[in-house]
Amino acid sequence: MDISKQTIEKHLSGNRRFDAFFTVVGLLSTFVGMITLAALLFDLASDGLGRISPQFFISFPSRFAAQAGILSAWVGTVLVMIVTALAAIPMGVGAGVYLEEYAPKNWLTGLIEINIANLAGVPSIVYGLMALGLFVYQFGFGQSVLSAGLTLALLILPIVIVATRESIRAVPLSMREAAYALGATKWQTTKDHVLPYSMGGILTGVIIALSRAIGETAPLITIGALTFIAFLPDPPIKGTFPFISFDWLWSPFSVMPIQMFNWVSRPQQEFHLNAAATGLILMGMTLLMNAVAIYFRYRFRKRIKW
Amino acid sequence: MKTSEADAGYLAAQAQVRSIPTNLTVQKIRERAIEFVMFLCAASSIAITCGIVWVLLAESWHFFRNVSLFDFLTDTQWTVLFENPRYGIMPLVTGTLVTSGIALLVALPLGTTIAIYLSEYANARVREILKPVLELLSAVPTVVFGYFALLFITPMLQNVLPDLPGFNMLSAGIVIGIMIIPYVSSLSEDAMKAVPVNIREGSYAMGATRFQTAVRVLIPSAFSGIASAYVLGFSRAVGETMVVAVAAGTQPNLTLNPMEGAATITAYIVQVSLGDLPHGSVAYQSIFAAGLTLMGMTLIFNIGGYLLRKRYREIY
Repeated sequence: MDISKQTIEKHLSGNRRFDAFFTVVGLLSTFVGMITLAALLFDLASDGLGRISPQFFISFPSRFAAQAGILSAWVGTVLVMIVTALAAIPMGVGAGVYLEEYAPKNWLTGLIEINIANLAGVPSIVYGLMALGLFVYQFGFGQSVLSAGLTLALLILPIVIVATRESIRAVPLSMREAAYALGATKWQTTKDHVLPYSMGGILTGVIIALSRAIGETAPLITIGALTFIAFLPDPPIKGTFPFISFDWLWSPFSVMPIQMFNWVSRPQQEFHLNAAATGLILMGMTLLMNAVAIYFRYRFRKRIKW
Repeated sequence: MKTSEADAGYLAAQAQVRSIPTNLTVQKIRERAIEFVMFLCAASSIAITCGIVWVLLAESWHFFRNVSLFDFLTDTQWTVLFENPRYGIMPLVTGTLVTSGIALLVALPLGTTIAIYLSEYANARVREILKPVLELLSAVPTVVFGYFALLFITPMLQNVLPDLPGFNMLSAGIVIGIMIIPYVSSLSEDAMKAVPVNIREGSYAMGATRFQTAVRVLIPSAFSGIASAYVLGFSRAVGETMVVAVAAGTQPNLTLNPMEGAATITAYIVQVSLGDLPHGSVAYQSIFAAGLTLMGMTLIFNIGGYLLRKRYREIY
């Protein structure tokens, strides 16, 4: 067989060319995602930007597209998110701290870990079905802000737990040993040393989790969120004694993605513009939250040097 | 005067030392209590799983007292909300499989290519920029993707395929595919990154190119991780709700043709939930049976992925 220098070089340059070609293919593939994102934003903006005005935020939905607004939807989103955050953050951080700092290595811990991994893969609508059966009917919370907030809290719990565990794991053992050496108890060590150092990572995870929850639609439709609602929940602060009221927890509700879904499912073009405007606001909120999360991650990573 | 002050300080210190044992007991109890509360937080995840399984099974059990399992699996029509209801889950299952199939056709090649590119070709700087941007794709609310599929992708496809109806599984599937790219690519990339450097170096030392190394060495070595990425992508596609509810229509349709509209399992659940069904009716129970089917499908796929992983697992 005759292997001349020339054939080898030809082969090599062919290989090199193929590698260069694949670099382009790889870049183009990532661009598919980015172009989609850009097209999505552009599409929403070109349709919906004209509808966004102060009036849009302070009007209730209406039969007339031009008068309709998202007041009840954004108030609903804010209230549901408050419940979600109050439920998911303590539970998620608590579970994460337990699994990293306290949990003994036994079958129960293993079971909990596998279970959390599996929960992250459960379709969100199944959480909605569970909440419909359990929260709405079994516990009698009804089709309320409370049910909705708890449903979304359960949905994002795995994200919070995983983020907490990862950032706690990044705290070096020497920090804990130093605290123990000074006589601190396990909880004191965790509270005063481990948690402050992992706060950046936890905060990032929480923000990303909440940004997921804001966009969730399916589970809330399943538990019976309203698609057309022309009143606001009872205000939490009252002018008369005892000044604070929790009646809003039991109020029926709608949220922004559901309002958008309602508008996009209508045949009339004018409602599609409203849907685009709502979508644009939703996108703005989630992108902003993600940007904040990325910034936090970057800042905390930079500040702490072990 | 001075001595009595010193005495007082000494006595106070002594009192403090004496009280340490009781403080310790209190502290121990507090530590235990805190640990227990945090254990409850962690254990609540198991309660969630039990809740899901229990609700799905209990309501489905009521459903199957009214509808025979045989009809459920073999009937070709799903007309629960009509006068003479028929309960064949097949049309919903085909709708789900067609949309997820298209999604996987989009997401697996693109996701794998991106993973190879990011882990083997791109330098650290490019990776730092591309990864977060890609991950934004999974942060977009799904209902927004639904809007995009119905009012952007479908009209675009209609330019090429004039017969395409307004509601079709093709555009929904494509959009879901793009949506799950980050799940596939980032998990696959992690798996490829985890392959030890010496294996990679061995391949390069034999004269292999980057692409040859990636395809013939890294992918087989990282197969178990890549398979999990694919399984997760499938689970996401099957469970995706809003895109199909908006863009694929709500008409159950026993077809494998992606150019038609068809309801998926998830779209059916949404459709029923939007109405006001009385608690306890057969139609109400049917959404739990549909949900159970959905869970069953993801479970089967996960078990398949697990067996595949076990078979081809590489341990270093």
